Amino acid sequence: MRVMAQMSMVMNLDKCIGCHTCSVTCKQAWTNRAGTEYVWFNNVETRPGQGYPRQYEDQEKWRGGWEVGRHGQLRLKAGGRLKKLLTIFSSPVQPQLGDYYEPWTYDYQTLVDAPLGDDFPVARPKSLITGEDTKITWSANWDDNLGGAAQMGELDPIIAKLRADASAEANAKIKFEYEQTFMFYLPRICEHCLNPACMASCPSGAIYKREEDGIVLVDQDRCRGWRQCITGCPYKKIYFNHKSGKAEKCTFCYPRVEVGLPTVCSETCVGRLRYLGLVLYDADRVTEVAATADDQALYAKQLEIMLDPSDPEVIAAARAQGIPDDWMESARRSPVYALAKRFKVALPLHPEYRTLPMVWYVPPLSPVVDLLKDQGHDAEAAGSLFGAIHELRIPVEYLAELFTAGDTAEIERVLNRLAAMRSYMRDVSLGRDPDASIPAFVGMGEEEVYDMYRLLAIAKYEERYVIPTAHHEDAHNLEEMACSLDFDEGPGMYESGAFGEASGVPTPVAVETFHALRDRQTADTAASSESLRGRVNLLNWDGNGRPEGLFPAKEKS
Amino acid sequence: MSTVLWGVLPYLALALLIGGTIWRYRYDKFGWTTRSSQLYESRLLRIGSPLFHFGALVVVVGHVVGLLIPESWTEKLGISEHMYHGNALFWGTIAGICTLVGLGILIYRRRTTGPVFMATTTNDKVMYVVLTSALCLGLWTTALAISAGSEAANYRETVSPWFRSLFYLNPDVDAMAAAPVQFHIHALVGLLLFAIWPFTRLVHAFTAPLHYLFRPYIVYRSRDARPHAGARAARPGWQPIGTHDRERGAR
Ligand code: SF4
Ligand code: SF4
Repeated sequence: MRVMAQMSMVMNLDKCIGCHTCSVTCKQAWTNRAGTEYVWFNNVETRPGQGYPRQYEDQEKWRGGWEVGRHGQLRLKAGGRLKKLLTIFSSPVQPQLGDYYEPWTYDYQTLVDAPLGDDFPVARPKSLITGEDTKITWSANWDDNLGGAAQMGELDPIIAKLRADASAEANAKIKFEYEQTFMFYLPRICEHCLNPACMASCPSGAIYKREEDGIVLVDQDRCRGWRQCITGCPYKKIYFNHKSGKAEKCTFCYPRVEVGLPTVCSETCVGRLRYLGLVLYDADRVTEVAATADDQALYAKQLEIMLDPSDPEVIAAARAQGIPDDWMESARRSPVYALAKRFKVALPLHPEYRTLPMVWYVPPLSPVVDLLKDQGHDAEAAGSLFGAIHELRIPVEYLAELFTAGDTAEIERVLNRLAAMRSYMRDVSLGRDPDASIPAFVGMGEEEVYDMYRLLAIAKYEERYVIPTAHHEDAHNLEEMACSLDFDEGPGMYESGAFGEASGVPTPVAVETFHALRDRQTADTAASSESLRGRVNLLNWDGNGRPEGLFPAKEKS
Repeated sequence: MSTVLWGVLPYLALALLIGGTIWRYRYDKFGWTTRSSQLYESRLLRIGSPLFHFGALVVVVGHVVGLLIPESWTEKLGISEHMYHGNALFWGTIAGICTLVGLGILIYRRRTTGPVFMATTTNDKVMYVVLTSALCLGLWTTALAISAGSEAANYRETVSPWFRSLFYLNPDVDAMAAAPVQFHIHALVGLLLFAIWPFTRLVHAFTAPLHYLFRPYIVYRSRDARPHAGARAARPGWQPIGTHDRERGAR
């Protein structure tokens, strides 16, 4: 057993409102550079829809991920090593810019410069690739909120698959007429897979998985732009920077995560639906699990190699591997472990790609409640809820194609659990006697359901993001880290510098900002400023409340 | 004159090639890439690029064999001059034409596809001129050799000994000087190509990823150590001032 730690994420799809805040803040943080105009490390797709890049899930076309060979061995779907080298001069199945979209801006200058006239000046769209006038025909979320679904809904690879081989029942459920269709949002980032196909496809070996936290990164100094990784990744989450000629991908915001801050997308998520935490897994069994013959068994197998951080054997093995004790503590508090393995309500996206993805999804349940209400039932009573799971507005078959390689029973199990939680908690919040038979029906204890409810419904910042900080043993070398003199009453403190107030080494702004930001995020009161020692950091004042010291004291009348 | 051309220039080119490559590897790893433009255009690239690259690989092998292996060795193996020459001309012509056609497609594509043309730098243009002329001149020598039939100049008695002598540091200037003029021009442009090689996108050839055949699929790597002051690693030439005893970490 080789215990390794993996930073991973859970997204609760029930809560996603499709606001794209995560995408925009991610883009501002990471891809607002020349060469990455078309790149969205985080994108939010409306499903059903084609996704970004268009139809990326059609692996017969894009040949991403792994497959099991005739002798049960795992191999890249796009071909073995020799084939990759022989086709290196022109990647056979690389998506084109048109499959993503041609990025554009507007010619805003004409709005300012246009001479006085009778007509309103128009800011024309300009291609960011050629600088020429362009016609906007597609974007990263052109089919947002089912835009154009009446014509293009059938182009969703999953719909196409269901139409082709599912029972007539599923077929009948999928409709694109207004008021009969269904939709939900699917935010996507790189999955930081345990068995990444991007990495296996990279001829230079420039893509690596960090031993400490499992984050998958591209070494920009070693990438030579062979672009095989783009084909390799079945989620199409590796992008080619067309200016630098290098591959780039989601970094899991590692500079933030290293100091204990959540990723930008999680931090800014309006629905507060993202969870971050550690998962321990057995690295020795990764290849074996990925080679599981049965697609639908992959999910269970993947759960199997996720190790229980409370198990003494695992703890001992982890210690032998040099995983620090505070990391083990974080792993025990990890919301990802809880949702994926303890409550088993979070599912991996497309396990059949065999990359063992580590961003997990709690499938959406909401529409069933509305449906029942419309039909005049008591929408959250357990009896009607369970019965209606396969009457869901979002067909179970569709979710199954996304999260369980088509295993609808598994989806129904998860949805039942979520429904049970609602039903059970309703009794609790209405002050009725909780009904223990509801959790029992879905194989859970009352305590467990309550824990799950806490995590899914009311978890605070610190429960949603359990991020152990990196141990840079030479952290004292880091710029702007508190120096060793900054202990209480040491010469590094403001107040007591050797030469009076404000002498000595000031706390660097970044450290101050960092603490102030954390205070604010985790405080119950507005603009608390513990770490500022009575001063106010205007950069972090959000306009709420009256931080002490910002305004002159009010006259008591 | 001959001494300068065939005794000095080659070493200058070699020095630029080696020194330039080392310099670039040390200071511009980030710029070391194929700068692929497949994202913009794929249809023409799919024909042109493999044609060019595979053709070029054969041409390289041909040059290595022709220049490095002495005539006496092949004769010992029982390969007659006539047979050798016929083969070399045959394969050389095919490979050369493939390469040239491939290159032609690529240049046409570069010129006509808007985004690809936009992404073409002056450096690329210079490189294309030198590369194309080296290639054309090479084909020209081949064409001359074919038309001359059995009278063709035997470069394995002039160019090859000179080329090998370069590596003994005792350049056989006279041998090269005796070669016909087309070889002279071709060799000069070739030297120029080597000299600019490290400074163009051609460098990607030096990191041909053959180790891919042997490495494990999954690469684990430890988080980068952060030995420098500052949140960012110091760039060469930008190390912080100070003496060791001032560094807090040293205590
Ligand atoms: S999802 Fe991320 S880690 Fe997985 S194959 Fe794609 S780029 Fe690699
Ligand atoms: S910010 Fe949150 S709610 Fe908004 S689209 Fe992203 S994941 Fe969904």
